[in-house]
Amino acid sequence: MTDTSVTAVKLSDAAIRRRMLKEFWFYFSRNKGAVLGLIVFILLVLTAIFAPLLAPHDPTQQYRDALLVPPVWQEGGRAGFILGTDAVGRDMLSRLIFGARYSLFIGIVVVSVALSGGIIIGLIAGFYGRWIDTVIMRVMDVILAFPSLLLALVLVAVLGPGLTNAMIAIAIVYQPHFARLTRAAVMAEKQREYVTAARVAGAGNIRLMLKTILPNCLAPLIVQATLSFSSAVLDAAALGFLGMGAQPPAPEWGTMLAEAREFIMRAPWVVTFPGLAILISVLAINLMGDGLRDALDPKLKRS
Amino acid sequence: MIRFILSKLLYLVPTFIGITIVAFGFIRLLPGDPVLLMAGERGVSPERYAVIAEQLGFDKPVWQQYLTYLGNLLQGDLGNSLVTKRPVMDEFMALFPATVELAVVAIILATLIGVPVGVLAAIKRGSWFDQISMTGALVGFSMPIFWWGLLLIIFFSGYLGWTPVSGRISLMYYFPDVTGFMLIDSLLSGEKGAFTSAVSHLILPSVVLATIPLAVIARQTRSAMLEVMGEDYVRTARAKGLKPSRVIGIHALRNAMIPVITTIGLQVGVLMAGAILTETIFSWPGIGKWMIDSISRRDYPVVQSGLLLIALIVMVVNLLVDLTYGLINPRIRHK
Repeated sequence: MTDTSVTAVKLSDAAIRRRMLKEFWFYFSRNKGAVLGLIVFILLVLTAIFAPLLAPHDPTQQYRDALLVPPVWQEGGRAGFILGTDAVGRDMLSRLIFGARYSLFIGIVVVSVALSGGIIIGLIAGFYGRWIDTVIMRVMDVILAFPSLLLALVLVAVLGPGLTNAMIAIAIVYQPHFARLTRAAVMAEKQREYVTAARVAGAGNIRLMLKTILPNCLAPLIVQATLSFSSAVLDAAALGFLGMGAQPPAPEWGTMLAEAREFIMRAPWVVTFPGLAILISVLAINLMGDGLRDALDPKLKRS
Repeated sequence: MIRFILSKLLYLVPTFIGITIVAFGFIRLLPGDPVLLMAGERGVSPERYAVIAEQLGFDKPVWQQYLTYLGNLLQGDLGNSLVTKRPVMDEFMALFPATVELAVVAIILATLIGVPVGVLAAIKRGSWFDQISMTGALVGFSMPIFWWGLLLIIFFSGYLGWTPVSGRISLMYYFPDVTGFMLIDSLLSGEKGAFTSAVSHLILPSVVLATIPLAVIARQTRSAMLEVMGEDYVRTARAKGLKPSRVIGIHALRNAMIPVITTIGLQVGVLMAGAILTETIFSWPGIGKWMIDSISRRDYPVVQSGLLLIALIVMVVNLLVDLTYGLINPRIRHK
């Protein structure tokens, strides 16, 4: 055993990284659903980026002569409005395309805020332990005691309805999950020899936390981040649906559903498509999350 | 066992205090004057303001206000609704059974379908059934339930005309409120067709509310079964020639149920959040709709107490789950 490690070719950092990525892709690509999810997700990102080029109409332009036009394949449909129009004559397809921007933006902001907040809090709790840990984790328990959507709703009631406040509220509610994961990982890692070695070598606390320990705790955080991304899209849409998220005329999918509610019997398409868009996006991200977990969880890998 | 229960209870004290602080602080964080918000009044004279502030206890130091709040809470006094002027606690007690009925039916539905599907998927791992049911579970898990509810209304209420769109029972039936549970009360009333009406009103909302728990339970059951079926004692049971049904039913399922029961218990938070959306869509007169209505009507005493009560319910149910877990798994109890 020792012979091979001595004679092994010394790899550069870049080569190690490439090898790790390759190994990751090997496990990830074995999961067909995950690859499908990734493809859909990439399409979604492209749709969001190139929304102005892809959308046939302005998402807020109201065509007064085309109210509640059905999709093109139904009787009464018009070629100009492939997925029909809503109650004030806005093109559904264009609104859905621009809506992708909202959902991705919400997911990215919520996960970034919750992840960075959770990592900092979790690192502090796990690294320092004792009463700091107890106090922090009790506060996290309190946040977790509330159903997330309810707490987010009440926070939005405090902050005022709107997209930014909805995102802040959701991020606050999700943050304890990251803090808990980070803390658990830090507590497991901090006893290891390499941490002691770094400490003996003179690394300060900040360096120990961020450079030595944190990179070894990333796998569960990445998986949780993916799951939180999809829940954030769902919860933000739910808040929009309840009138507490993005405000009209924003083409946010949940808000679109709220506006469409009174027309469900007369014009099912105004309800069907925004929800389908939410479902497909969330499903794609969850499929990716499953694949990430399989690829990053060493326990599953060996079996 | 008593020590186990006590230690669990003790652990909850800080959480309980934290929840009360959040609910207490909520009013004071709102933009605007808390005195006027809680009184639901605007543009009052300074004299009137002083009277209200004294009535509501806002003239005392904050810690004293908190202790008063806690004291009132422990006596079940949560103040009055600004809109109906009735005590919040009375309103809550009147609406709570509707939510419980919906949630209980939903969780029973989710368990009755989710557990067998998960077990079957695990036994026939890799089969068509496994793949289709697990894909279905992932779709259910990703479902925006408020949209799902609207789709079901379009199809079953609009297109087929099978189910009513909203409410708990048809308006043509009237009978006294005995238990608050429509299914039971309608049976007790003896009125013809009342029970059927109650059931038909309950079907769609409970299916919608059950969707996510069902997906979670099916996935969890499958993975718990797979894990247990790889254990030595299952192999031993198989090796000594027991019938497969006995191996799975007695040896595997019983042990796999432990994490599944926890999962089912933990769905109560999901159910409460889901109830907010489901009750809004189906105009179901429970505490979820009550919360939403109160938020939009700025009925802050109700929002404050609703937040508190729902968190306390989730906390108590989670405690019960923990205790059950300790009851069926001695290893946890003696840790």
